[in-house]
Amino acid sequence: MNWLNINKNDRNLLIGFIVVVLLGPLIMEPIGGGYPDLLQKFAIFGIFAIGFNILFGLTGYLSFGHAAFLGIGSYTAVWSFKLLTMNVIPAIILATLLGGFFALIIGFIALRRSGIYFSILTLAFAQMSYNLAYSVLTPITNGETGLQLRLHDARVVDGLFGVERTAGLPNTELFGLAMSGWNGYYFCGFLAIVGFFISLRIFRSPFGLMLRAVKSNQHRLSYTGLNTRPYTLAAFVISGMYAGLAGGLLAVTDPLAGAERMQWTASGEVVLMTIFGGAGTLLGPVIGSAVIKYFENIFSSFNEGILLNAFSFLPEGLQQAFAWTVGLFVGEGWHLTLGLLFMFIVIFLPGGLMEGATRIKSLFQSSTKGSPPIQKDLPVEKS
Amino acid sequence: MPILTVKNVNKRFGGLQALDNVNLEIEAGTVHAIIGPNGAGKSTLLNCFIGKLIPDTGLVDFDGVSLLGKKPHEINQVGVSRVFQTPEIFGDLSLLENVMIPSFASRDGAFRVNAWSSVENETSIKEQAMALLEDVELADSAQVIACQLSRGDKRRLELAMCLVQQPKLLLLDEPTAGMARADTNNTIDLLKKIASKGITMMIIEHDMHVVFSLAEKISVLAQGTVIAEGLPEEIKGHPKVQEAYLGGAHL
Repeated sequence: MNWLNINKNDRNLLIGFIVVVLLGPLIMEPIGGGYPDLLQKFAIFGIFAIGFNILFGLTGYLSFGHAAFLGIGSYTAVWSFKLLTMNVIPAIILATLLGGFFALIIGFIALRRSGIYFSILTLAFAQMSYNLAYSVLTPITNGETGLQLRLHDARVVDGLFGVERTAGLPNTELFGLAMSGWNGYYFCGFLAIVGFFISLRIFRSPFGLMLRAVKSNQHRLSYTGLNTRPYTLAAFVISGMYAGLAGGLLAVTDPLAGAERMQWTASGEVVLMTIFGGAGTLLGPVIGSAVIKYFENIFSSFNEGILLNAFSFLPEGLQQAFAWTVGLFVGEGWHLTLGLLFMFIVIFLPGGLMEGATRIKSLFQSSTKGSPPIQKDLPVEKS
Repeated sequence: MPILTVKNVNKRFGGLQALDNVNLEIEAGTVHAIIGPNGAGKSTLLNCFIGKLIPDTGLVDFDGVSLLGKKPHEINQVGVSRVFQTPEIFGDLSLLENVMIPSFASRDGAFRVNAWSSVENETSIKEQAMALLEDVELADSAQVIACQLSRGDKRRLELAMCLVQQPKLLLLDEPTAGMARADTNNTIDLLKKIASKGITMMIIEHDMHVVFSLAEKISVLAQGTVIAEGLPEEIKGHPKVQEAYLGGAHL
């Protein structure tokens, strides 16, 4: 693996990541998540969060508008299906490039400011994109209905290669392989591995070191002879490309694109995922997105009937009281659970789930080796 | 041959003439101190060297290039490194990384996307950084996160970060401000060591102990103009200087 230019630890990390992606269905089966729709979401939002983390985790610039690039990726991919071909390769390449292109424009303007002003500028741009997609640009985005495939779409490239038109709407495909079900998952999973590897490379490179220096002390960095603007812009464009790719993949697994994908709640979601898992860590964003998407699916699927059933061992009055109370936190109200979880994480584990993992690991190591862990905020006792 | 030439520099803020026709020359290889009472214009003058302020009139030439209108990173790239009043370091990064960053800046220029190479494998940059950390006696804590250092050690680290770039001119803005006596003396020793390697330094300082231990030449600034210039012995007994510092009162 020397040609990948990574050390032993990173190699193991990468192999672990690949194994988890491959065995995803088996791992998720026992906890009720072993179906392609959910696992696809893990992979797609994992890609989105990995990219977001390159901007937010490394440079510290908190963008509140990355859903705009996700939406642009989806629209681009659907247009590629409509105009060119049902093959997914051009769709995701174009989605990635267009995501990056729009990130270049928005980043160029927004990065003139930092801190809260940067966040507000990105939020404003994303809301602008949302409103454009929702109303003004209806010819391109098909407004509130959303952009969909149609039977009489041009599909020029497919026509050139003599692909036969189906009676119903065609499926997205990879050289004849339908991109639905498990095929779709493994396609997204493969790209998640590639995305993870690229992020790993950036983290370990001098370029990544400069991005971390931006977060640590941008003022010092400029007096150290480095032009900070292109560094932040590069990080912004890279994260925009990841978002575009994720948006494209959303369209690959389900070929329609709606404006709601660009709304600020969607931008907020990726921020939550990244912080939840651990901003600035390699694995954190992936874990954060998987946990949030898992809870979204599991908790929101509970309804009153299931709850009443679960509390059926209680006397009738209590049963209903319990079902009503718990009902607030599941189904439609699952965001309440997410909010509580998020508060817990931010208060007790500011470094996200990854910090929790590190703490457990150091506890475990100290109990086996019998030496106390050295904590940075406590003086080390001399024996 | 002077490495830095300041000619007829004027700067006015509203009704205040902060710099009044300042002329200054810094010889290569010397330690030049700029002293003066509060509000004399020392910081304003420094800000004109580093791209923060543009003087209303006058020239600031460094090694044949004008520094006026240049951005901070461009000024660093022509060979001017700067130490701040409060040490400015990368607090979240390790000491080694802190010193490697300026070294990358000298090698790769102001911007380069080298995402394929690995920091780990940059042996020459790493060795250079370690050598500098050894010079400032911080090599043992190369993997420590920089924000945990004491004030004096942060200053040492900052000096290592500047020196790794082999600057043609090192600007020091009150390098011992807010330091305990022991730290101050350590810093003076370190600066003497650096000066003995022939690096040109310009020091802006309040503390006369520091100034007279280090400086080979002193310029005295008062009310925005240079009122005296010369060797330390000459400055000590200069009547104008005593007047500027003591307000004409005789003790």
